[in-house]
Amino acid sequence: MWKWLHPYANPEVSYHFTGKLIPWLSALTVLFLSIGIIWALAFAPADYQQGDSFRIFYIHVPAASLSMGIYFGMAIAAFTSLVWQFKLADASAAAMAPVGAVFTAIALITGAAWGKPMWGTWWIWDARLTSELILLFLYLGVIALHSAFEDKTLAGKAAGILTLVGVINLPIIKYSVEWWNTLHQGSTVSKLGKPSMSVDMLWPFVFCFLGFALLVGVIVCIRFRSEILTRNSIRPWVKAIALEHTSSSKVAENK
Amino acid sequence: MQFESFSAFLDMGGYGFYVWLSFGVSTALIFALIISSVRGHKQVIKNIAIRQQRDDKLRQLRKQRNDTKTNTDKEVTQ
Repeated sequence: MWKWLHPYANPEVSYHFTGKLIPWLSALTVLFLSIGIIWALAFAPADYQQGDSFRIFYIHVPAASLSMGIYFGMAIAAFTSLVWQFKLADASAAAMAPVGAVFTAIALITGAAWGKPMWGTWWIWDARLTSELILLFLYLGVIALHSAFEDKTLAGKAAGILTLVGVINLPIIKYSVEWWNTLHQGSTVSKLGKPSMSVDMLWPFVFCFLGFALLVGVIVCIRFRSEILTRNSIRPWVKAIALEHTSSSKVAENK
Repeated sequence: MQFESFSAFLDMGGYGFYVWLSFGVSTALIFALIISSVRGHKQVIKNIAIRQQRDDKLRQLRKQRNDTKTNTDKEVTQ
């Protein structure tokens, strides 16, 4: 039943498949993000308590939940690579780490810019904020380990172990607002059953969230392809791609 | 439309600085990530091409040297 998946375990097939995927994903990203951001900035109603500062929510929440989602994806990839020595999983984990780090940084910065007018402070050492900061450090550690070794298999192993140990941080972030007293408000969107938001605020959020998720997909695909090439640089098909590149750039220079 | 004028839109009900700071920093970070990813991809291909050319050159040189060596060997045996 799962036989159709088998060819995608081949680096060459994955490389060309993601190459075809990127233009479509990019088009969808631009569509969703432009609708979502314009709706969020200009057409969504202001919050009755927080006023227009609430518009930060439309970046802050997608970035924060994606920062955790990417980490979860990276952990699955690391586990697959450690248990089954599946090399493409390593490549995808290495591709996800920088994207996750950037989205964690966005969540922290937008959170600070939202906290200043609402709580009166840019930063406070409470459970939610501190655990999200630790997530950023975990990402930075994983990135550092991936580039610390010349041997990519060894690097993947070291980074994978750190990734799996760091998974413990995910439930801590998620439930920090329930387990501890914190300034951070509880979740509004992902409550089981009904989200406690009005519909004209929820729709722009859905567009922003899908837009950012697609954006993550595009960037991870681009980085995944670079990782595949680095890890297979002595294979004939990679050499063919490099050769094609040099000949096309020479033609451009002659023109 | 929630705002009556463009200046009201920029002001964001008094929260303009914080809202535009958030959107600005996020946009900048995302564009930086996209640009570095695309450049990184091109750099990887370039590096592979450079190494390949160097390897080809080395192989040619080695072949030439081997050719000359076998000649002198022949001369010696003759």
